[in-house]
Amino acid sequence: MHRRLGAKMVDFGGWDMPVEYSGLIAEHLAVRTGVGLFDVSHMGDIQLRGPGSLQAVQHISMNDASRLQTGQAQYSALLYPQATFVDDVIVHKFSDNDYLLVINAGTREKDYNWVRSQAARFDCHVNDYSDYYTQLAIQGPRAEQTLQKLTNADLSNVKFYWFTWGTVCGLPNTLIARTGYTAEDGFEIYVPSDVATSERVWSEVLEAGREFDILPCGLGARNTLRLEGALSLYGHEISDSINVFEAGLDRFCKLEKGRFLGSDALQAVIAAGGPERKLVGLEMIERGIARDGYRVLDLAGQPIGSVTSGSPAPFLKKNIALAYVPRAHAEVGSEVAVEIRNAPVKARVVPLPFYKKPKKQAASS
Amino acid sequence: MAYPANYRYTREHEWIEASGNAGTVGITDHAQDSLGDIVFVELPKVGAKVEKGKVFGSVESVKAVSDLFAPASGTVTAVNEELTTAPEKINADAHAAWIMKIELSDPSEVAGLLSASDYEAYVKEETGH
Repeated sequence: MHRRLGAKMVDFGGWDMPVEYSGLIAEHLAVRTGVGLFDVSHMGDIQLRGPGSLQAVQHISMNDASRLQTGQAQYSALLYPQATFVDDVIVHKFSDNDYLLVINAGTREKDYNWVRSQAARFDCHVNDYSDYYTQLAIQGPRAEQTLQKLTNADLSNVKFYWFTWGTVCGLPNTLIARTGYTAEDGFEIYVPSDVATSERVWSEVLEAGREFDILPCGLGARNTLRLEGALSLYGHEISDSINVFEAGLDRFCKLEKGRFLGSDALQAVIAAGGPERKLVGLEMIERGIARDGYRVLDLAGQPIGSVTSGSPAPFLKKNIALAYVPRAHAEVGSEVAVEIRNAPVKARVVPLPFYKKPKKQAASS
Repeated sequence: MAYPANYRYTREHEWIEASGNAGTVGITDHAQDSLGDIVFVELPKVGAKVEKGKVFGSVESVKAVSDLFAPASGTVTAVNEELTTAPEKINADAHAAWIMKIELSDPSEVAGLLSASDYEAYVKEETGH
């Protein structure tokens, strides 16, 4: 189906994924100004159910799930004892005894095995529901208006990072979450994964969004959108050799909830005076594009770090990057250089995120 | 796609239009289509020497960098400065948006490159369409 729409495909961690359909920049701008549709079925879904499910979640996930109300979700991460990342995750509370973790595609099997083994001592069942769901993301300022045409759920009552259930495209009990990976308003819907249903829903969303010039969007735009929002990508900003404080994800890590996997190591980092290196945002000052893996240099030409993700930003119209640098170079305003094809090109440390979605207006037109 | 008959082509998807000792170089329509939106062009310096088959610059799309390989050897006599501020001109018309002009050190190098029909066949084989 994606190929029929003219998608350029690529292998992404074993999945055959569309990189772009009509063009990366057009797709990126559609999400920032109208609405875009993503097939994100490669994401994984792990369910924890039972009287001990909250305890299990609290043990493996760094955020505080006890603060969630039914119908609410939170961004978090699963940590190794060393406080490095197994994966980042969105935790959804279905009920006191029922939680859904939505995780990344490339790490699905690893995550599932990890959750199963770490949750084993708690009174709960762990189930991998990934293959049951096709996950579609409808993102952009017009996402609510688009999806509202297809559902009886009142989307205006679903706040950001909350979810509900409703009939979508005639499918009852469909999970509708106001979440996403684009730093824009939007929804993710979870529909049965048989090909006929998935394709029908995809087509109906495109039809509903037609008046808002909806575009199907691929992995290329997905990456530039999340980069503008400074959202982490596993294997880049977060990995099993990077800790929570280095990655700047402190605000999602609630040490005050009590001990959990990784909390001891984090206390040790605090006791040692904080992380040695920090994730920063860079904006190119001189002409050039910083890309993943490029070295970061100080102004004397010494290597001090590297770019984790870098690209032109289609909406901001700047060349931006995320990079790890030593603490001393991490202050906003610091000047560094990025080594681009053997030449140093100047960049400046800027505040994160690069882009923030505009506050909702009282009356949507 | 119509590839100009008076151009010659390389397997790296550059074109060269040669008349006498003067050569004009760009990338093909197939190249710009594969790259997607071009956002950055790194031009060689006027006066620089280029060597057939060696890198003389690069073009970048949002997601990737692509080296440019000189179709023939010579000295750069002019570069298309417009491309520093409007790289998308290459997407709009790749066969008109020249990148550099060179004085050929060995015009016979050009004769050995692909003709328009050979290049078209090569692209069909490479891409399957």
